[in-house]
Amino acid sequence: MNDFHDAFIEAFSLIFDLDADLVEIINLSLKITFSGVALSALIGLPLGAAAALLRFPGRGTVVVLLNALMGLPPVVVGLVVYLLLSRAGPFGVLGLLFTPTAMIIAQCFLITPIIAALTRQTTADLWDEYSDQLRSLGATPARAVPTLLFDARVTLLTTILAGFGRAFGEVGAVMLVGGNIAHSTRVMTTAIALETSKGDLPLALGLGMILLLLSLVINGGAYVLGDMARRKLK
Amino acid sequence: MTASILPLVLDKLCFNARGERLIHDLTATLHGGTRTILLGPNGAGKSLTLRLAHGLLSPSSGSVRWEGSSAQAAHERQAMVFQRPVMLRRSAAANVDYALSLRGIGRRARRPLVEEALARAGLGDMAKRSARVLSAGEQQRLALARAWAVNPEVLFLDEPTANLDPAATRAVEEMIAAIHESGATIIMTTHDLGQARRVADEILFLHRGHLMEQMTAETFFARPQSAEAQAFLKGDLLW
Repeated sequence: MNDFHDAFIEAFSLIFDLDADLVEIINLSLKITFSGVALSALIGLPLGAAAALLRFPGRGTVVVLLNALMGLPPVVVGLVVYLLLSRAGPFGVLGLLFTPTAMIIAQCFLITPIIAALTRQTTADLWDEYSDQLRSLGATPARAVPTLLFDARVTLLTTILAGFGRAFGEVGAVMLVGGNIAHSTRVMTTAIALETSKGDLPLALGLGMILLLLSLVINGGAYVLGDMARRKLK
Repeated sequence: MTASILPLVLDKLCFNARGERLIHDLTATLHGGTRTILLGPNGAGKSLTLRLAHGLLSPSSGSVRWEGSSAQAAHERQAMVFQRPVMLRRSAAANVDYALSLRGIGRRARRPLVEEALARAGLGDMAKRSARVLSAGEQQRLALARAWAVNPEVLFLDEPTANLDPAATRAVEEMIAAIHESGATIIMTTHDLGQARRVADEILFLHRGHLMEQMTAETFFARPQSAEAQAFLKGDLLW
């Protein structure tokens, strides 16, 4: 129980002291997560909507694959990206291993399937409602995809948040490809893992609380936004 | 003036679903300028025929032929309004604007067209409202305004007033009359005899996927040929 007491004190002192190292870690965490989620949304949203409305042979397989990929083990993703980016790997020449870019790539692998699969579900329901009308108006599939995404925007905000939650709290993949290097690739989650293994539980817990708090703030903000949009729409 | 896409020829149309034949050898020619009503009880195949003609469904056999132009070009001269209006999750004005943008009309040219379309539907002061908070009658008028905005030569209507109360039905019928007067050909389904009497110039009477009669409304209501049509007009329950 003492640990929690100490952790609260540690967390508060961390926040109020605005420790420079801590700020750096938080900044990097946010930067990597937002970049990863943005990139994933850019790929996953149109991919999901296209899977919802296009009828092509093998579509069922794609859907099952997308759904299965939602549960990708982060460590495996980390390992694959590690192999791709390592010196001997196909993209080794880029020298990206143990950089923030590598971490963003790993998160992108993790989150894109989540966003695509959830987007497919949402837009498939909407397409059931819209398809006759849009086809009557003469919308091609290429035109219908952005329409579906725009009209599902409120629900898709939650989808993106799901991806955000996964990325922000993820440790296995970013640890492997980032390496948890101080002042370079250390983020909230890898710092927590490190402090825990070093035995500094109050600091680890304090960092954990800050992670939770940030997650709450971001989700709360998105909820308010979504609620405002929903009320305006119906 | 672009060349007309009419007459529309439905040639031995058949449509099967789940191993069952729902439309049987339907052959008809529809000419321009009229208000044609596809009449019949539920399940007669009215909506299916409309969807086949509009190209939302492909016939199992037989063909739908428009005059002159390609299927693609002909489709651009058509619009359709459904029984349950499909409202995009955006403002009333944006719903109309979307339809116009799909016809390749530039943003600046669209604005006055949107205003005009909403005004014609009596929705001028609701332009900025979300389409989905409008009443059922307003939504159907908006759907009509959206279809009218693209200036179709042929307007398909699938039971446009089935979910509406008498006042809203009247408003919709008035809009249909105005659209017809502006030069569009109306092809509409209904199972409502009163509506058929009010609206139709020509009747296609369908029963169980068969076209039983095609004649002017006047003749149909005075001297229906088939036993089914006679029963339907008498108010007997047909199925």
